[in-house]
Amino acid sequence: MSALPQSIDETIKLLSGGSYVADRALATVVFLSLRMGRPLFLEGEAGVGKTEVAKVLAGALGRKLVRLQCYEGLDSAAALYEWNHAAQMIAIRVAEAEGTANREALSGDVFSERYLIRRPLLEALTPDPAGAPVLLIDELDRADEAFEAFLLEVLADFQVTIPEFGTIKAETPPIVIVTSNRTREIHDALKRRCLYHWIDYPALARELAIVRTKVPRASERLTEEVVAFVQQLRKEDLFKSPGTAETLDWASALVELDATALDPALIGDTLGVVLKYQDDVERFNAQKIDAVLSASRVALQAAG
Amino acid sequence: MSAPAQGMLFQRLIAFARLLRRAGIPLGPGAVIDAFEAVLLAGVGTRQDFFWTLHAVLIKRHEHFPIYYEAFHRFWQRGQVERVLAEMLPVTRTEGVKTRVAQRRVEEALGLQKRAAKPPPASQENIFDMRGTISDAEILRRKDFAQMSVSEVEEARRLISAMRIPDDAVTTRRFKASARGRIDLARTLRASVRSGGELIELRFKAPREKKPPIVALVDISGSMSDYSRPLLQFFHMLTMKRRNVSTFLFGTRLTNVTRALKTKDPDDALALCSAGVSDWSGGTRIASALEEFNKRWSRRVLGQGATVLLVTDGLERDGGGELKREIDRLHRSSRRLIWLNPLLRFEGFEAKAAGIRAILPHVDELRPVHDLSSLASLCDALTETRASRAHDPKYWLGAA
Repeated sequence: MSALPQSIDETIKLLSGGSYVADRALATVVFLSLRMGRPLFLEGEAGVGKTEVAKVLAGALGRKLVRLQCYEGLDSAAALYEWNHAAQMIAIRVAEAEGTANREALSGDVFSERYLIRRPLLEALTPDPAGAPVLLIDELDRADEAFEAFLLEVLADFQVTIPEFGTIKAETPPIVIVTSNRTREIHDALKRRCLYHWIDYPALARELAIVRTKVPRASERLTEEVVAFVQQLRKEDLFKSPGTAETLDWASALVELDATALDPALIGDTLGVVLKYQDDVERFNAQKIDAVLSASRVALQAAG
Repeated sequence: MSAPAQGMLFQRLIAFARLLRRAGIPLGPGAVIDAFEAVLLAGVGTRQDFFWTLHAVLIKRHEHFPIYYEAFHRFWQRGQVERVLAEMLPVTRTEGVKTRVAQRRVEEALGLQKRAAKPPPASQENIFDMRGTISDAEILRRKDFAQMSVSEVEEARRLISAMRIPDDAVTTRRFKASARGRIDLARTLRASVRSGGELIELRFKAPREKKPPIVALVDISGSMSDYSRPLLQFFHMLTMKRRNVSTFLFGTRLTNVTRALKTKDPDDALALCSAGVSDWSGGTRIASALEEFNKRWSRRVLGQGATVLLVTDGLERDGGGELKREIDRLHRSSRRLIWLNPLLRFEGFEAKAAGIRAILPHVDELRPVHDLSSLASLCDALTETRASRAHDPKYWLGAA
């Protein structure tokens, strides 16, 4: 387990150790969230690296990563804890068959740790020798609003009460990272408890650094052209702009195809890696590709 | 940092928080303390770090960024702060983030600009009558609504409560205790332990139902101008009654008035709407309004299986490919698309206009509104369960 970073610069170093190229704004908010012990709420378009922050933090700090993927209908049984009902039933039947059924003893026995199934939230509150875990609550916007209210309660004082069992409280609160794709607004009450940060598409220089780190096999020329092209694409009128994840996928795909530079035919063949909507793909005919490609080269030259 | 310097910083942070609040960013009293703590932790070095440190604790919404940006640079430029923050980098401004709105709001909050006077009520004489005409010309104007009387409010409330949209429930994946349904092991077990395990009495659970969110897209162009007051009243009441209603108005541009309609008082809500919209009773560009909705909002508001109410007469000059494409996209991303059309009430209505023919194939249901200028008939139109031919878009397509 490594110690928490002591400054913003150390935070940048920590993240880059896990090959995450963070800008100063993100590093600042990560640093503050670690030091102030407040949950970090990350919002942004799909594929800009929200989830990655949690994974890299857990890796770099040597903590366990506990991930709670949200979905519609997520309830406390799937998020917090559940009793192993089948095993409990059997225990009751056995006790009955042995004729030892005693009401007090039975409920004490059946509702013991042995029959408790721990789900992510409970696991994140349980002490860990490696230090408090990193709790990633992924895509909170997919869960129902009712779950949000429940989460608010857990995040408020990092303790849960299981009626039959007692209260479990985290000795040191976990490092909490909440992500959202903004398919609906998250309630202000929850946001107020967190430090908020909107992760935007990276600027040219940072995206170059990201691709160099993540796809080292790509030639320098290919890296530059791919990044410049994607940057140019984001300025186009698209239904869904490509995220950093798409840039990385595309660069890796092109490396697999042994490409060392972009050309219009190659772009046409592999555009599906970058654009995920039929309307967007359709709009990109040969002329359009040419236009964007040459615009991206101009932009690249201007940037030096 | 020395104690006096800290005291000074704290004072300035209080003033800064006050400025942000006045510019419309909601901040609780704890915000200043958080900000102070954060600044001490981050150990202010550069202006950029200071900027992002305060941003991390004070801003909770992406939309507030331009306001914060503007406020920060205006506030922390002037005066003593430089002395507190010993060293600072020269101001680096990223282009393209500031919006004029943010600038104006911060200027207002700083008292640099007089609060924009309320727009003068357009006098009746020079309102150019656009009813019954369609055009895509952008004419910007404001609108004043007559106040609602107490009895009107009461009546509206009663009507909305009585309104029942058919099939207005979606089953969620959450469960509730029920007399029949699936076996609920957790409750069964707890009940059997209560009896000492001697008899196991089954308990059941069934999926919970909830009302889906409603997203309203309301045409306020010239040809619909008579109806904007009742329509807004209707959606205001609906917003008050249901948890999840988003309302968008469009003429030549699209405006989200959801926040304005959340204001409790109906007159205030309508006045706020009116102030936020600049294209009352002008032309219509349905296609571009829908395009903007599809791009900017659909992923944010249609996620939870929303019912979309499209209120428009569908009279658009250009019924070409663009409108077809956008309405098709809207249809595919919404669970149910209901079209409320005031023209359908006319005997002998035929779906001939280009705009109408473009929209028709892509709606799930058509609902004629007999008299859009009354709330009652609006509620009726949505309540009516009797499946009539008139509700089926195919009928109109075939007839024309």
